Amino acid sequence: MKEYIIRLVYVEMLGHDASFGYIHAVKMIHDDSLLVKRTGYLAVTLFLNEDHDLIILIVNTIQKDLKSDNYLVVCAALNAVCKLINEETIPAVLPQIVELLAHPKEAVRKKAIMALHRFYQKSPSSVSHLVSNFRKRLCDNDPGVMGATLCPLFDLITNDVNSYKDLVISFVSILKQVAERRLPKAYDYHQMPAPFIQIKLLKILALLGSSDKQASENMYTVVGDIFRKCDSSSNIGNAVLYECICCVSSIYPNPKLLESAADAISRFLKSDSHNLKYMGIDALGRLIKISPEIAEQHQLAVIDCLEDPDDTLKRKTFELLYKMTKSTNVEVIVDRMIDYMNSINDNHYKTEIASRCVELAEQFAPSNQWFIQTMNKVFEHAGDLVNIKVAHNLMRLIAEGFGEDDDTADSQLRSSAVESYLHILGEPKLPSVFLQVICWVLGEYGTADGKYSASYITGKLCDVAEAYSNDETVKAYAVTALMKIYAFEIAAGRKVDMLPECHSLMEEFLASHSTDLQQRAYELQAVIGLDAHAVESILPSDASCEDIEVDKALSFLNDYIQEAIEKGAQPYIPESERTGMLNISNFRNQDHHEASSHGLRFEAYELPKQTVQARIPPASLASTELVPVPEPMYPRESYQTTTVPSVSSDAASTELKLRLDGVQKRWGRQTHFPSTSTSNSTSLKTVNGITQVDGSNTANSRTRETYDSRKQVEISPEKQKLAASLFGGPSKTEKKSATGHKSSKPSSHMVKSHAPKSSMEVASEKTSVQQPPDLLDFGEPTVKSTAPSLDPFKDLEGLLEPTTQVSSAVNHSSTAAVTKSPDIMGLYTETTAGAHHKDSDILSGLSNPPMTNMVGGTTTMQVAQSSKGPNLKDSLEKDALVRQMGVTPSSQNPNLFKDILG
Amino acid sequence: MIKAVMVMNTQGKSRLAKFYEYLSVEKQQELIRGVFSVLCSRAENVSNFIDAESIFGQDSRLVYKHFATLYFVFVFDSSENELAVLDLIQVFVETLDKCFQNVCELDIVFNYSKIHTILDEMVFGGQVVETSSSEIMKAVEEISKCFLSPFLLSCVKMHVDDVRFSTFALFLI
Repeated sequence: MKEYIIRLVYVEMLGHDASFGYIHAVKMIHDDSLLVKRTGYLAVTLFLNEDHDLIILIVNTIQKDLKSDNYLVVCAALNAVCKLINEETIPAVLPQIVELLAHPKEAVRKKAIMALHRFYQKSPSSVSHLVSNFRKRLCDNDPGVMGATLCPLFDLITNDVNSYKDLVISFVSILKQVAERRLPKAYDYHQMPAPFIQIKLLKILALLGSSDKQASENMYTVVGDIFRKCDSSSNIGNAVLYECICCVSSIYPNPKLLESAADAISRFLKSDSHNLKYMGIDALGRLIKISPEIAEQHQLAVIDCLEDPDDTLKRKTFELLYKMTKSTNVEVIVDRMIDYMNSINDNHYKTEIASRCVELAEQFAPSNQWFIQTMNKVFEHAGDLVNIKVAHNLMRLIAEGFGEDDDTADSQLRSSAVESYLHILGEPKLPSVFLQVICWVLGEYGTADGKYSASYITGKLCDVAEAYSNDETVKAYAVTALMKIYAFEIAAGRKVDMLPECHSLMEEFLASHSTDLQQRAYELQAVIGLDAHAVESILPSDASCEDIEVDKALSFLNDYIQEAIEKGAQPYIPESERTGMLNISNFRNQDHHEASSHGLRFEAYELPKQTVQARIPPASLASTELVPVPEPMYPRESYQTTTVPSVSSDAASTELKLRLDGVQKRWGRQTHFPSTSTSNSTSLKTVNGITQVDGSNTANSRTRETYDSRKQVEISPEKQKLAASLFGGPSKTEKKSATGHKSSKPSSHMVKSHAPKSSMEVASEKTSVQQPPDLLDFGEPTVKSTAPSLDPFKDLEGLLEPTTQVSSAVNHSSTAAVTKSPDIMGLYTETTAGAHHKDSDILSGLSNPPMTNMVGGTTTMQVAQSSKGPNLKDSLEKDALVRQMGVTPSSQNPNLFKDILG
Repeated sequence: MIKAVMVMNTQGKSRLAKFYEYLSVEKQQELIRGVFSVLCSRAENVSNFIDAESIFGQDSRLVYKHFATLYFVFVFDSSENELAVLDLIQVFVETLDKCFQNVCELDIVFNYSKIHTILDEMVFGGQVVETSSSEIMKAVEEISKCFLSPFLLSCVKMHVDDVRFSTFALFLI
């Protein structure tokens, strides 16, 4: 039986259903033989979860076994306790577990602590009164138990730091003892004294010492000791070192420790092992929060990691870059991120990196133009993965421009956006979200600057609607854009002649299954039939961000209501006052509210045209997609008076307003100048620092210099440029000079001699160098906006090719996977089939279910069960027979062997 | 805490899978496949750490080590140290090596329950309890003392039965 169960565990691990055998595993734990019992426990912990029906049969046995004299039985039971006891059954075993904390065997004490810890994780309230036990066990004289106690303490301290401050001293003294090798030799690992305990302790100290000066001061000596004692040649030594760095970066900063942490990091980064580089980058990311200047020393190493073939390392490096992004280096970093985003096809990570790009671009964008270009790139490559809000933000930015009174800049921005979008439209297969943005912008501003004729734009829009004929949203956007363009044309007094393809498109939409599309098409027809004056009031040009006045009280309906009541109509009773349906209506109200507020966010950008539609005389079949009207009494009137859209638009406009403030501050032109000026001032400071505190700093810069000059030989100028642009902000002037005169050696002496004389000069040089030549330069959008916008699109073109490659790669890999999987399956069936043939009598019970499962999938479960029934019985009977004959089941072995061999 | 421990061979067959939070069998298989597809696409001489968020959800890292035909994989969250877990794998393998004298894939297939015992001594309920391989050995030996001669016999039987699940073993026979 025991072997069967183990086999069953194996079967389940391979992914087949073994639930028919669970009950036998449960039976086994009642067995007297230790061996069988342990196997039973093992199987039960692997098979069942804490809410399984069979648990109820186990709890009693566990209780009994926890009291057993044999400590191995107790251990096995504790093992099961960890996995199988749920919140309700905790009280049943808790007293025994607490007793076991004082068990003479350390293995039992250890496991009892872990079981308590598990309880704490599952329901903190149930063991809250036992927390003091953990403190007691910390003083256990067995280091294994003490080490195990650190796990629950770590969790407890994570949740509540303040109540454990008193333990700092004890943790420090334990750590000191460990570091001084007072523990038994058995805990040494690669000549390190109990490294795992050290790591756990350092983690705890990091928690306790964070932003607590007093506690941190207690730790400085011991952490410093460990820094010195760690041998960095072994893996585990480095693990302890890394943990020290984490600790140092988390506790109240101490300059000396920070220095040794920086040393350790530089050792990590310089090592050849990818693991250490990874840890180094991670540690750098932690330390950079405290002392940002440390990054400069390692810029080249970081760049190396960025170009490393190892994906994990690359991602970690991007994480680091994300943390150190400033307005001075945002362009380079986001550019890099987008490049990398194009090269991967892991959707999860792509989404993450796209959202990071968007976030950084929103926070630090040096110019609107750059922001739009960046967004275009992000959309193009990861359009379907980006939140739709981002698209709405982009549309709003284009609509509002700089938000200030500079109209020419606004219109330039828009026309460049239009131009770029017309260009991009030529590409095959764009993501839906991006197409929506394009359609909206083309509709709103396509003809605004008069560069493109209406027929050209409408032709393009028709193409879009045709090319993406299975995407309703895009089609809807396209139709609305068409309507806007025709309306602008009519309003401008020009004659409108619809293109033939547009005509056919309209006919198709008029008969569309989607009511939304149909409605939009009808609206378009209606608008075209009107005269110039009416059209202008329906669709005023460039009015997308104007506020809409809303009369929430519907006062203009008062006359009508008066009239109706006079005629004998019932007055309206608000829903909440109606008796008998209070609860329901309240509930519904809430629902409505939620629905409308939810809808708002996503529909925000459709507002302009929606309100506009609503202003159209009754002909427009208003707002089908909006919230149902709360007052059923005057349906027609409420449509007419734009109640529904107005409510939403009101809220939306406030929302717009709110967000807009932040945006202006971020993107407004003013911020552009401050950002450079701040960098100026920081550079001034550093320069001054050099001149004033010569003693210490020269030493510093000398080491840096040697590091550079050593590296100089093998590092290409491009890399240096990249480094300079990445770390541009605070980096030393020598770096700047290196970028300025590309090939010249970093002669820091020369620059330094400049520095004291005219720090202003250096600063100005810095601003000029700030944007390295190899990057997309959108420095001053107001001055030269059209010229630079051409280059990026060439770049974009180049970027598009990789995407097609990537997609083909995806195809390839997927087919590969497909061809692969049957292969494995085939192999598998072969084995099971082979086994099936060879010893069908005993094994059929086992080999059958997988076979049927495989053939028929999960739907054939029942069949499998029925087919498995008799077989199982067979084998059980056989087993019984064998037992009767006085032969142990294991003695069947030789026969089996024979079966298989011959 | 440690979320899962897996051992799989280079063909993607799992040899040991232990999840410290309950997951359905289908989900387990999915994860194992996911891990394997990531592992087999990694080049030599790259770091042993993988960001496993796309497979295991938020806050999960994966450390693996490649020995002969086997991958040893530990999945854990941010409360563990990657390098330390790498060494934990080392401890695990060293212990297996001491146990079986020059451990190989077949040892793991044939001594399935013993492997579990060793692992249970090291990692308990998702926390690392014991990191000294000699202590682990002591505990395991004490347990196997109870499995005297009948155990040996049954062990042999188990080997033979397990053969059915291993193409590799079938090939050998």
